[in-house]
Amino acid sequence: MSEHLWRVLSLQDHNTRVVIFGTAILGFAAGLVGCLTLLRRRALVGDALAHAALPGIAGAFLIATAMGGEGKSLPILLAGATVSGLFGIVSILLIRKMTRIKEDAALGIILSVYFGLGVALLGIVTQMNRGNAAGLESFIYGKTATMTAGDARLIAVASAICVLICIALLKEFKLLCFDEAFAGARGYPVVLLDAVLMSVVVVVTIVGLQAVGLVLVIALLVIPAASARFWTDRLVVMMVIASVLGMTGSFVGAAVSAMLPRLPSGAMIVLAAGFGFLVSFLIGTRRGVLVRLWRRRKLNESIDHQHLLRELYEMFELDPSRVSVPYEELLERRSWSRKRLRRMLEQASREGWITENVSKMEFALTDRGETEAKRLTRRHRLWELYLIRYADIAPQRVDRDADAIEHVLEPEIVAELETLLDNELGKTRMPDDPHADGVAS
Amino acid sequence: MDPIALSVDDLTVAYHRKPVIWDVEFEIPQGKLVGVVGPNGAGKSTLLKAIMDLIPKASGRVEVFGKPYHQSLHRVGYVPQRESVDWDFPVDALDVVTMGLYRRVGWCLPIRKKHRDAAREALARVGIADLAHRQISQLSGGQQQRTFLARALVQDADLYLMDEPLAAVDAATEAAIVELLKQMQADGKTAVVIHHDLQSVPEYFDHVVLLNMRVVASGRTEDVFTNENLQKTYGGRLTLLDEATEAMRRRERGI
Repeated sequence: MSEHLWRVLSLQDHNTRVVIFGTAILGFAAGLVGCLTLLRRRALVGDALAHAALPGIAGAFLIATAMGGEGKSLPILLAGATVSGLFGIVSILLIRKMTRIKEDAALGIILSVYFGLGVALLGIVTQMNRGNAAGLESFIYGKTATMTAGDARLIAVASAICVLICIALLKEFKLLCFDEAFAGARGYPVVLLDAVLMSVVVVVTIVGLQAVGLVLVIALLVIPAASARFWTDRLVVMMVIASVLGMTGSFVGAAVSAMLPRLPSGAMIVLAAGFGFLVSFLIGTRRGVLVRLWRRRKLNESIDHQHLLRELYEMFELDPSRVSVPYEELLERRSWSRKRLRRMLEQASREGWITENVSKMEFALTDRGETEAKRLTRRHRLWELYLIRYADIAPQRVDRDADAIEHVLEPEIVAELETLLDNELGKTRMPDDPHADGVAS
Repeated sequence: MDPIALSVDDLTVAYHRKPVIWDVEFEIPQGKLVGVVGPNGAGKSTLLKAIMDLIPKASGRVEVFGKPYHQSLHRVGYVPQRESVDWDFPVDALDVVTMGLYRRVGWCLPIRKKHRDAAREALARVGIADLAHRQISQLSGGQQQRTFLARALVQDADLYLMDEPLAAVDAATEAAIVELLKQMQADGKTAVVIHHDLQSVPEYFDHVVLLNMRVVASGRTEDVFTNENLQKTYGGRLTLLDEATEAMRRRERGI
């Protein structure tokens, strides 16, 4: 066992090596192609295609053996898979076009009926050719162990061609996925481009059948692409990440399956890819859940900070003669709890915005704090004015946390608001609170 | 008489055998700012799409600068409706604008620096040069609309077809876009703009097409943008609106 393990891990065995690399290239291609189908919202096409391929595999085997050929030759089986897979897609399109059944329902119908037909045919095949047909069922769950080096090379070459097509047509595909109407208006042959993209999906799905299995091959198209989106806002980067994730998942899955032949490689590949998804989902730097939680926390803290400084500023503004304000008075100004206010005060004090006296119940702004509080209050009042003045269009543009109003609103609007403030209030004075009665009472 | 930029003849478009526009016929002389107005469902977007061969025509002929659309498409810039795309798409504003240059870049070739520079310049023209590398979902509605406009501008076309570029944008964006339209007109460009706000039509456009499945009227704004034609275009709906306003006024007076 340990010797076998070593042989696999060190990739000494030629066949294992070729199979694992072939599968890894497949994973790379699937990640890349998956990004485009995901963005084109055609992710499930691969699934329908894969399920609809099963009758073709069984049928091709039957026909080939009946004609005296080698039924288990991969090119023949894949040809059969392609034909019945495409029939499946055409059936979906026909149902959608000729009836009022929606696409998802059509997909469900075709996917299950073709798969059922495939399972039935497979039953007949095994009944007729005991032993001889063994291995066909590996197309359902995927089994790299049954792959020959020749199979793996076929998979690798087909995948590599798909990768090249996607790279060559990258910007055309990008435009197609983003804005089909604009692509059409610019004279791009949208239908043809779409057909090329779908063909690439078909090829990746079909050559992926043996390694990943038709039940799970969709995962290789969807999971790496979806995982990559957590890390980036750029298409090219997303494609690179998805390809690497797909490749890694396939590599790990195929290697594990080669080591432990009882574990279907499809399941292993999907689990490895799923792990990548989980990690991306949690810590993806763009949209990962933890990043978003952290951002929300930062936002809440920053809102608290702004509220506190503004309240302090307004209290001193109301009565410029006072030196400090008591805790109890501050507490009444807003709905914050004692605990929260305490925490806010401690943090502000630590960061040097405010000073507290010995009994810790009286607070004042430091010089630095006062400058900051003045800035925040002014910004807040500009926003308030903006909301009042542009009530009809304001809500979608209001980002009060943006550090400067200037970054969110057009300079013309800011200038207008400032003149408005200055005209009403004079240049040196701080603008009055536009809803002073509301807050104070 | 100015040469004709766009002529539409006997155009009928049907969805599922239900006609959306009927026998539409009009001509747009070069260098005009044209407003296309009509109620919801009048077929305004359909008209633009049919002009660009994006949807099949049941009948009719469209000529752009005297030629079929596919021979003139390099002279046409299209600004689709903002809601027609997924703004969550992983691209930034500059990427979107560069899409206007893909034909010029050529099939399969990468985007080069001069294209990026041209795109940056177009973003500067619409006033959001500093947002070039912002992901498009982080742009406000007005900024997204400006991005779309920049994508059409970067083509340096002669005829622009715009689907509601002024819908749901802030006042500053509206002013900026209108300013840009006037400037384009001064450069001899023609723009056909679907517009929803009747009040600003005379102010913005010197030519109007009133559409409600068929063309109610088309021509110079001062000639055709009349109450009578508007009544014909909006039918009962406008009257209803008038009545509602009138009723409200009466009630207010009552109090």
